[in-house]
Amino acid sequence: MTALSLDRGLAALRDEIDAPVAAFFSSCVHCGLCAQACPFYIETGDPKYTPILKVEPLRLLWEQELSLWGRLKAMLGIGRKVTDEMLEEWEPLLYDSCTMCGRCSMVCPVGNDIQSMVRKTREGMVASGHAPAGLIEASARAIRTGSPMGLTWKTLEAQIKHVESSSGLEVPVDREGVEYLALLSSMEVINFPEYLEAITRIFHHAGVTWTLSKDYFEATNAGVQIGSRDIAAELVQRIVDAAVGLRVQGVISPECGHAYTAVRWEGPNLIEKPYPFEVLHIIELLDKLRAEGRLKTSGKVTDRLSMHDPCNLARKSGVIDQQRNLMDLVAENFVDLKEHGRFQWCCGAGGGVSSNERADELRMAAFKRKKAQIEEIEPDRMVTMCATCRTQLEEGLEEFNMDIPVVGLTEIIADHLVEKGKPA
Amino acid sequence: MAAESTLIERLREQGISRRGFLKFCAAAASMMALPPTMVPAIAAALEKARRPSVIWLSFQECTGCTESLTRSFSPTVENLILNIISLDYHHTLQAAAGEAAEQARKQAMKENFGKYLIVVDGSLPGPDSNPGYSTSAGQSNLSLLEETLEGAAAVVAIGNCAAFGGLPKASPNPTGAVAVQDVVKDKPLINIPGCPPVPMVITGVLVQYLTFGKLPKLDEYRRPMAFFGQAIHDRCYRRPFYDKGLFAESFDDEGARKGWCLYRLGCKGPMTYNACATMHWNGGTSWPIGAGHPCLGCSEPDFWDAGGFYKAVSVPTGDTRETLLGAGIAGAVAGGAAAALARKKAKDGRAARVPVEIEELEQKL
Amino acid sequence: MSDPMEFLLWVKGPMFELALTIFGIGLAARIVEIFLLGRKPNYAKPRRGELAPGFRTLISRTVADPGTFARAPFDVVVGLVWHLGFLIALLLFIPHIELINSLLGLAWPGLPNPLVDAVTAVTILSLIAVLIHRITHPVKKYISTFEDYLIWVATFLPLITGYLAYHRLINPYPLILGLHILCVEIFLILLPFTKLTHIFTAFIARWYTGATFGRKGVVS
Repeated sequence: MTALSLDRGLAALRDEIDAPVAAFFSSCVHCGLCAQACPFYIETGDPKYTPILKVEPLRLLWEQELSLWGRLKAMLGIGRKVTDEMLEEWEPLLYDSCTMCGRCSMVCPVGNDIQSMVRKTREGMVASGHAPAGLIEASARAIRTGSPMGLTWKTLEAQIKHVESSSGLEVPVDREGVEYLALLSSMEVINFPEYLEAITRIFHHAGVTWTLSKDYFEATNAGVQIGSRDIAAELVQRIVDAAVGLRVQGVISPECGHAYTAVRWEGPNLIEKPYPFEVLHIIELLDKLRAEGRLKTSGKVTDRLSMHDPCNLARKSGVIDQQRNLMDLVAENFVDLKEHGRFQWCCGAGGGVSSNERADELRMAAFKRKKAQIEEIEPDRMVTMCATCRTQLEEGLEEFNMDIPVVGLTEIIADHLVEKGKPA
Repeated sequence: MAAESTLIERLREQGISRRGFLKFCAAAASMMALPPTMVPAIAAALEKARRPSVIWLSFQECTGCTESLTRSFSPTVENLILNIISLDYHHTLQAAAGEAAEQARKQAMKENFGKYLIVVDGSLPGPDSNPGYSTSAGQSNLSLLEETLEGAAAVVAIGNCAAFGGLPKASPNPTGAVAVQDVVKDKPLINIPGCPPVPMVITGVLVQYLTFGKLPKLDEYRRPMAFFGQAIHDRCYRRPFYDKGLFAESFDDEGARKGWCLYRLGCKGPMTYNACATMHWNGGTSWPIGAGHPCLGCSEPDFWDAGGFYKAVSVPTGDTRETLLGAGIAGAVAGGAAAALARKKAKDGRAARVPVEIEELEQKL
Repeated sequence: MSDPMEFLLWVKGPMFELALTIFGIGLAARIVEIFLLGRKPNYAKPRRGELAPGFRTLISRTVADPGTFARAPFDVVVGLVWHLGFLIALLLFIPHIELINSLLGLAWPGLPNPLVDAVTAVTILSLIAVLIHRITHPVKKYISTFEDYLIWVATFLPLITGYLAYHRLINPYPLILGLHILCVEIFLILLPFTKLTHIFTAFIARWYTGATFGRKGVVS
């Protein structure tokens, strides 16, 4: 077995330098506006969290290998080099203080997609052996057991049984040739088990044919969070194998943020070929059903609801209107946070931050940006569509003594379905 | 011919009254920006002045400077000047020719040794050039100048050629022409550039020198500040149009007919220091800009090589379009090569890549 | 300066050729290199084409979103003011249009000189304010390098010398005009090797980001 090394890290970084990266580093003028989009800087006031600084190892390599001045400096032996010490110093900047939320990419005046460069820099970090313990452990569990939290099929099976008895409906497993393979996130199964029952009831109501896969049920991708395309590709391939094996038309990603971006946008490029099936977030599917008139609901909640858009769903994937259409079905008193949709603020927990114990304090500090947004609107409850966001919101609101329950959107939809007769 | 009679005697011979003479002195004073109180001093100096000997050496010149001086429409003033000096040697104006002319020069030098004025027009082939490019009576310009310099009190270089090298010095300078000041190092020297200079500037400087017996205040190019101290641009009557941004864009277009600024047609007024804008030409009749033609900058060094008469001041002088294109192509090739190398390096790296395995990561725990 | 005209003719002649050569080679190399590095193919099914969103972002990124404006009004406003002012002074001043016409064969109408003059004065003051901001603002102070300050000087000098030349505040005129042109040449020479490349590459960067977000259905 080989060992991770600085050379492998540099090779990984080198491989990540493409035309956009070269354009980005050629264009950064150190204006500092990216910091104004980063909750980690805003809520700590520490300029070391300025987003463009987080990718300094990548920039240094670009400068040394692709710019004349950089090459000259390297030849003369002057200027900083990317070393293990530097990468060690950068580890907390890249993993503890960045959720890859992408807001910096939206505000940079010269158009730098800094978030994508954080993702790329993490490849170098992993290949050189500089990644947080929490993420390494989650990746190990994901590779070995199929679940980053070590959730087994046995446990899930118990939950399936519970859902079937509670709803009187079947939860299909390994059904071939159906429309959709539904993936689950371990976090959801453990913390928010109502999701499985909700989709069981909705799919039955709307006449959607679907299945779970016994071989592989996990939607989330620890490889994407730690930043290793090798680990990420292996995990995505398992999804592809399951979907192809069951000959489904589409794969549903659950209420999770990064799982969707991992499968929908990164996956085909990790395995280097397009999928023979489509990928939808559960919210996209629900809105599709709504538009087709297949969701019959009755009654609306009357308390004041607001919504947190998961970054990976809204800003990084363009699923913005769908959740609002669905809210209109079931809520009378919905009001958006001031900055929402593509400009919403990150909850502070995504991108692997919540799996990284070392980052707990920072994660809570970053949450204060979300907290300020919520305080502006003063909702009775918050709605969201990602288990990590939901956990972070609950934890954060509790930490700051704000009595605002958080609820999943799929759950609310399911709660308002007009029930058809239960099958005999 | 040596100067024997005083100015007053000469004037009387010409039928010019004392009143006429004093009018001239007043005009001279105001031209040199001297107060009216100086008029008696000028008159006194000129009255008593023995007409100094002037030896005019013409080298690689077109005779335009002499033409300018003599092509005057107020003969009283210019001719008066010519009567103030004793022009003892001048190829174009003198009556004598051949050996007799050279004899006249040598005699004037001998009789006025240490006191005569040398006036030069035209540039001369420099010490490193073939002297045969310009000779008179078989003697090279340089040799003639050096010989005549010995007893000179001062040297006046008239015209752009004498002052700066002028047209002969313009690229490629086939004769190796140099300016007078490049050769004359230890005599007082004044440059009166222009192509040609304004006639009254020539006469004004001579009068000033004769009145005060020393050089007037000179700028860094040894031009008299009185006449070369201000830019054309600062005295041009079309300046308001420049300021407003109204420019003629071609000859005889609407702007040209309205008398708008000629900057875009190549006017060098902003960087040219001369008296044209105030004194004009042909006895005040007009001047190039007044006639609708951009200033050539003819009183400045190297104005022939300053880019082009019809290229604006802001336009570079070289073949910049070709340079930019060539540089762009060279750069594209270089950049392409660098990118190709980088891609190859990345490709090789990818081929040699060892995928990250979870066991390797766990080693780091 | 004993020979201002020689200095002026030197900066307008061989020095300009040199500056243009270095600028041309350096910039072309940088841009071609960027494009030829290329992108790996994207196998994920796009929501929509990326070409149009790329061009949209290329332009729209000039204007800050309300959230950023609220957080960093100085940067947004003064940044826009001095950039616009610089562009106006550079591109809408008639002597400059003549210069560009001689270089590229393109010309367009200009603004009256007094207007450009006023804009230049505002730009100069804005640039000074921007420098003070960079030295005092916690983020900018932290991330700024020697290059940031060098480039500030390289950008400021053409403006201040241009202003002095236009107003003929330094004599003789060929000296100050020559200095102005020399400062521009220094700017051109530094350009390909510093962040000044953003003048050109920011549009490439914006396009890539607009395209990346656009194919996922997000307006950026």
